[in-house]
Amino acid sequence: MAKATTEINASSMADIAFLLLIFFLVTTTMDVTTGINRKLPPPPEKNQDIPDIKDRNIMNILISRSDRLLVNGKIGDLGTLKQDVKDFMTPHYPDDPNFPEVKEETIDLIGHVYKSKGIISLKNDRGTSYDMYIQVQDKLAQAFNELRDEFSQKKFHKNYKELDEDRAKAVGKAIPVPVSEAEPENVGDN
Amino acid sequence: MSRFKKKGDKETPGISTASLPDIIFMLLFFFMVTTVMRETELLVKINPTSAKEVQKLEKKSLVSFIYIGEPVQAKLGSNTRIQLNDAFATVDDIPEFIAAERESRDEADRKFLTTSLKVDKDTKMGIVTDVKQKLRKVGAFKINYTVTEAKED
Repeated sequence: MAKATTEINASSMADIAFLLLIFFLVTTTMDVTTGINRKLPPPPEKNQDIPDIKDRNIMNILISRSDRLLVNGKIGDLGTLKQDVKDFMTPHYPDDPNFPEVKEETIDLIGHVYKSKGIISLKNDRGTSYDMYIQVQDKLAQAFNELRDEFSQKKFHKNYKELDEDRAKAVGKAIPVPVSEAEPENVGDN
Repeated sequence: MSRFKKKGDKETPGISTASLPDIIFMLLFFFMVTTVMRETELLVKINPTSAKEVQKLEKKSLVSFIYIGEPVQAKLGSNTRIQLNDAFATVDDIPEFIAAERESRDEADRKFLTTSLKVDKDTKMGIVTDVKQKLRKVGAFKINYTVTEAKED
C-alpha cells in the first residue's frame, strides 16, 4: 500500500501572499490620466489652395503673448468666450448676416437640419503660456459640448454622452467641431 | 422550566483563519492586474494645468508620453526642456522617438497610438508648437494634452 504522503504545512502561505500584496500595493499607481484629446491636421501640401471662406463665417480667436484674448479684432474675455462661441455656432435660420451662413443637410436618424458653416480659427503666439492655451481649448470644448447636449436633448431627449454610438455620430455630424489652428508663424521677436 | 437553558459561560470558538490566504490572494491578484509600473523617472518639473472638459485616456499601453518643462535639477538651468523616455531631448529627436514607439507596438495597434503631451503650465507655447509641428510631419496626429480635471465652481 502506498504510504500516505506527509502534508506540506501551508500556514506560511498567507505570509508569502501578504508580502507580495504589500509589494504591489506600494508599486501601484491608481491615477487615471485625463486630458483633452485633439487631432492634428495633416501637414499642408505644397501650393495648396487657400480655401476661400467668407469673413462672416470665421471667428478669429487670437491669444497674445501676454495671455490676452482678441476675438474678431476686439478684446475678449475668458469668462464670456464660451457664450460667444455658442452664439456664433448656433445656426440661424432664416439667414442673418451677423451670423455664419447655414446649409441644409439630411442626416440619418435626425433628418433635416440646418448646419452652421462657421469656423473657429485659433491662433496663438509663441510666447503664449500653455495654461492660457488650455483654458481657451477647454472653453471651446465646453461650448461645443453644450451645443451638442442641447441639440440631442431636443432630438432624442437625452444628453450627448448618454446617446448610443449611431445617434452620437449623427449629432456629431450635425454639430461638428470646426476648430482650425492657424499655421504657426512668428509674430514679433521671441 | 425554560426550554433553552443557558449553558454557563461557554468559551467562544476561535475564528477559523483557513480562508485568510484565499482572501489575501484575491487582493493580490486584484493589485497585480490593476498595477501599472512607473516607467520613466521625471527629469522635468510638471505642474499640470486643469480643465473642465477632460476625457479619460484609455488603453495606456497605446500612449507615448512627451514631457515638457523645466529641469528638476537646478544646476541644469531653467530653460524649458523636452524629455523623451529617460533622457532630455530636442525637438529633432521626436521623429525617431515616434518611430521607435510605433516599432514596439503590434502592427494592428499602430494607428491607435496616441501621443500624450505632459506640459508644465508655465511653459510657453513656442516649444509646444514646435513639438506639434514635428508630430504632424511624422503623422502622429492623435494627441492628448494631459491636464487634471478641475473642480466644479
